Amino acid sequence: MESARLRVALAAATLRRHAPRTLLAIAGVAVAAALLLDMVMLSTGMRESFRQLLTSRDFELRLSPRGTLPFDTEATIRGADTLLAELRAEPEIVRVSPVLGASVHVQGGARAATAFALGIHADVQGDYRLLTGHDIDAPLTLVANDRFLHDAGARVGDTLSLAAGYDPQLRAATGARRLVVRGRAKFIYLSADQPALALPLATLQRMLGAEGAGRVSLVMLHTRRGVNADTLGRRLEARFPRVSAISTARAVQRIDERLSYFRQLALILGSTSLIVGFLLVTTLMTVSVNERVGEIAVLRAVGVSRTHVVQQIVLEGSAITLAGALAGTALGLLTARWLDGILSAFPGLPAGVDFFLFQPRAAWTALALLAACGIAAGLYPAWRAASLPIAHTLREEAVA
Amino acid sequence: MTAPQASARGAERAEEPLVVACNLSRVYRLEGAPVHAVRDVSLTIRRGELTAIVGPSGSGKSTLLNMLAAIDAPSAGRVLIDGRDVATMSDREATRFRLLRVGLVFQRFHLMPTLTAIENVELPMAEAGVPRRERRVRAAELLEYVGLGARVRHRPPQLSGGEQQRVAIARSLANAPALILADEPTGELDARTGREMIALLDRLNRDGVTLVLVTHDEELARAARRTIHMRDGYIIADEVADAAR
Repeated sequence: MESARLRVALAAATLRRHAPRTLLAIAGVAVAAALLLDMVMLSTGMRESFRQLLTSRDFELRLSPRGTLPFDTEATIRGADTLLAELRAEPEIVRVSPVLGASVHVQGGARAATAFALGIHADVQGDYRLLTGHDIDAPLTLVANDRFLHDAGARVGDTLSLAAGYDPQLRAATGARRLVVRGRAKFIYLSADQPALALPLATLQRMLGAEGAGRVSLVMLHTRRGVNADTLGRRLEARFPRVSAISTARAVQRIDERLSYFRQLALILGSTSLIVGFLLVTTLMTVSVNERVGEIAVLRAVGVSRTHVVQQIVLEGSAITLAGALAGTALGLLTARWLDGILSAFPGLPAGVDFFLFQPRAAWTALALLAACGIAAGLYPAWRAASLPIAHTLREEAVA
Repeated sequence: MTAPQASARGAERAEEPLVVACNLSRVYRLEGAPVHAVRDVSLTIRRGELTAIVGPSGSGKSTLLNMLAAIDAPSAGRVLIDGRDVATMSDREATRFRLLRVGLVFQRFHLMPTLTAIENVELPMAEAGVPRRERRVRAAELLEYVGLGARVRHRPPQLSGGEQQRVAIARSLANAPALILADEPTGELDARTGREMIALLDRLNRDGVTLVLVTHDEELARAARRTIHMRDGYIIADEVADAAR
């Protein structure tokens, strides 16, 4: 305990003795730590972000037209009314939320605008979060995102004339309806720059005419607690041959497969930053030890044990690593936020997806890796210092 | 003030041998060729002696001192200090032995530049596990003893050569060792400071500390009660001054 205190004091004094060099080393480690943290966040961030996105509204199972993923194509499921009724009768299913997707156009307003419209049941929907105003409460009401309101030059309370299509022969819009904007909403699975609105499913089906009658694009299911979504999905696929079922876990797995490129990139860059940090601390400690061979030999000569010499030098390396890691964590979080802002603007990405998601476990992993690196980096120079032949080193120092 | 050392026990056993070297040799390899630094040296140093080892450069005196200090291992022979054979000690044992039983003083002082004078003196005590309060008191006493009571908070670069060597002597006394070994303790000092250092070492010895010095300094050698002359690795003379001196 007594010698431990002195070693800490000696290590601190040694680091202070070359303050500019120590600060530069800390800055170097901080940059490596920031990159490492960002890469750890990137490697798990998107997957976790998608997982959170898919589970945020408590739907464990999604049914889409056979052979497709939800909203991967424009295909729809026919006979939706029967399907929905049978699903609602399933004891393992608690909530059934149908969705129909289609493009709609604003007619005759100040500005022409096109939006992606979601036909939903407002009481069970899982596609948007209401920001202001009221939710859909009548057949001819809608909620829209900011991008659509901006494009259409509309505000909450306005009435808009929407059409589901255009007949070139008649040169007239088809399925036109006048709907009241009841509220502003954020659409969870759509990108922020995509104009979007939601309206009652039945209204959209009627607007689409024969194309929409009795059809849905997707059915989201919330299952009873303890039900295995994959097992239920397989059973539903067998019972309803026109649908494919995908559980949230499988969807995350598929996303994970698609994101393997990001993970590999993160792994390579993260490993590189770790190696750079390791080499930086090793180089610094080697230089520092080389400068102090005389001092170290004297410590050994006056009775300081080899273990304590190793501990002191490892302590110096660890202190640099720790200070760098702490600074790097702050720097990493700042750069992650900045990079996330850039990457999240990528067209077509859901607004709720983050590339760099801060997870305490990921941060601890990065810190632990770096700490291990710092200790390992100090070991070689420390061992070298502790193994110096005392008499020979003192003689060399005397000659120098 | 007397040397704050466990000298009472030493005084009781004044005539007992403290250091016994038997047929000590040290051979280095220099570019493949053997260099015989110390050849078949045998000597006995009794408790309370002040012994100077003198000789020209390359005569093997520092190598002999290093072997007595257990920082260099003999190629042949034995070194018994306080009855323990230091040549056969493991690194851990030798380190502990140096910490508790031997005090070392170097020509170039070799203080830790980042520590204050008192922290430098505390260092061996901290390593030995002496509680902080106790070691602080003892370090202050030792610095007072060597005449640096007013400079305890100064760091080595703020001290003169003589002052640094005094701190080094105080450090060597920290754990009340049986033996102080000093390699050219006046080698880096001017004549006046050197004389002050000789007076301090003399006082230390009169207070019961056993000292072995390696020196070129004739004045320091004259202050010793016993002078061992070395040449080419051999002891060529071993003189004990008469009691009148």
